[in-house]
Amino acid sequence: MTEKTATPGATVRPHRVVDESGRVLLQGVGKQYATRRGPVDAVADVDLEVAPGEFVAVVGASGCGKSTLLRILAGFERHTAGVVEVGGRPVRRPGPERGVVFQDYGLFPWLTVAENVRYGPRQRRMSRTAAKRRAAEYIEIVGLTRFADRYPGELSGGMQQRVAIARVLANDPAVLLMDEPFGALDALTRTSMQHELRRLHVETGATVLLVTHSIEEAVYLADRVVVMAGGASHGVPGHVKEVVPVTLAGERDVNAPDFNAVERQIAALVHAGVGAG
Amino acid sequence: MSRWGPAAGRFALGAGFIAFILLMWDLGVRGEWVLLFDIKMGFLPPPVDVAKLLWDFAFGGVYDDAFSGSLWGHLGASSLRVLAGFGLAAALAIPLGVLMGRFPLVLATLDPAVNLFRPIPATAWVPLVLLIIGFGSQATIFLITISAFFPILLNTLSATREVSPRLVEAALMLGTRPIGVLLKVVVPAATPGIVSGLRIGLGLAWVILVLGESNGIDTGLGSMIMLAREQVRTDRIVVGMIVIGVAGYLSDRLLVLGLKGAFGRRPLVRAS
Ligand SMILES: Nc1ncnc2c1ncn2[C@@H]1O[C@H](COP(=O)(O)OP(=O)(O)OP(=O)(O)O)[C@@H](O)[C@H]1O
Ligand SMILES: [Mg+2]
Repeated sequence: MTEKTATPGATVRPHRVVDESGRVLLQGVGKQYATRRGPVDAVADVDLEVAPGEFVAVVGASGCGKSTLLRILAGFERHTAGVVEVGGRPVRRPGPERGVVFQDYGLFPWLTVAENVRYGPRQRRMSRTAAKRRAAEYIEIVGLTRFADRYPGELSGGMQQRVAIARVLANDPAVLLMDEPFGALDALTRTSMQHELRRLHVETGATVLLVTHSIEEAVYLADRVVVMAGGASHGVPGHVKEVVPVTLAGERDVNAPDFNAVERQIAALVHAGVGAG
Repeated sequence: MSRWGPAAGRFALGAGFIAFILLMWDLGVRGEWVLLFDIKMGFLPPPVDVAKLLWDFAFGGVYDDAFSGSLWGHLGASSLRVLAGFGLAAALAIPLGVLMGRFPLVLATLDPAVNLFRPIPATAWVPLVLLIIGFGSQATIFLITISAFFPILLNTLSATREVSPRLVEAALMLGTRPIGVLLKVVVPAATPGIVSGLRIGLGLAWVILVLGESNGIDTGLGSMIMLAREQVRTDRIVVGMIVIGVAGYLSDRLLVLGLKGAFGRRPLVRAS
């Protein structure tokens, strides 16, 4: 199932002023897992600073630690070395100012679309009526108003992912952490979701960290692309190999020669990173 | 038309098979068949007599003895015991199962004891229970409680442990406090498994009921069956068995329909 590309409902009134709460700072960050066969260094010495409102994509071969970094920022895992700060405050646990979009959506199957979206605001003690209004607004933004009373199990993957995005946006997060959010979607749905995400990023002013295996997706969406390499299975901890700024002006065209040039440059870095340090 | 076609067909198959059993039963009684296990069909009452007695048991007016019209009193007493024992078991087992499934310390503390007590069958409890509780309703309710407790506990425990960590992460990143996760996420996510445990527990409650009511109780379907045995009345025994079977079936339907009514369209009960 695919949805029509153009379902841009309402546009977002920028709820959020781009401010320092969206700044992400990683300094010398490392993560060591204790496993049965001894300690495993998943990532090491990661330095990265992301400006408020910036869109950063993270690419790299499987096992190089992309999810690990994202989960540390989300507060699901504790880093074992270095400094991790969001909005100038050290990250210790999950929190609503860091919204997470999972590849497998993570929607509550026993709640309707509307109830899923107002879950966050309700947890944060927003009044019932205000939370309802806010949920309706974000459901409209992702074009699912007609499906507000459906259960997640009754929706296609693309629609479920839109619900998941509306659900975190309704919490007005300073940072959006997305781990291969469109990885399970078909190509057509994926393209339409990329357009929507681009629009939502501009309109909400949230900082976005997007992990993806699609270099095209990374170049289409990001201000900078972080290329990671290594990984525990290579004997070298995962690390940042290079950060490539994407300076394409105006509306990005995935078929334009300058777009393809950036893509090739990043692909070369990704492939060189496989096997070697 | 085609909507009820297949359903009606299935119903006809099921009803037809029951009719077949009744026919075989009737033939067997008349022909005094001796089956496997040395079952002497000649000792059974024929189905028509049982139907007549069942009617009398429910509404009276056929034989007009002490048995006539006494079904509702027995059924009421038995249902109350089932309800009390099952309710108590559920009230203890669900919270305990959730805590064991979520907190490794609770699991480590309780798991060995649970595994020691679980294999002890209710029949083995009876002599002890009669000595330390004594004959009566309380002993029956106790036996039902311990029997229904374990299936509810174990189903709740495994359903709780199988709750996707993703849902817990989702709740936390949306601002749920760690204690809130238990009621907001773990319980609803585990509900289909908990309901399965409740259904097994309720079914078992009716099984154990007869065992409990076999001793020193004068109202209840189990005591009625035991009395019929002393009187060598196979027809009354069969009537009692049928009533217990139907009551057990109806209570399961009632439980499922009640929960579905409470949950509405929410996908919280497995299709059945
Ligand atoms: N809980 C864990 N225990 C032990 N090792 C782990 C754990 N989680 C991840 N790892 C290891 O850490 C390394 C990085 O894993 P991570 O999932 O972050 O990679 P990734 O870049 O997201 O890969 P993919 O592209 O396949 O999603 C891998 O070598 C993995 O085996
Ligand atoms: Mg990953």
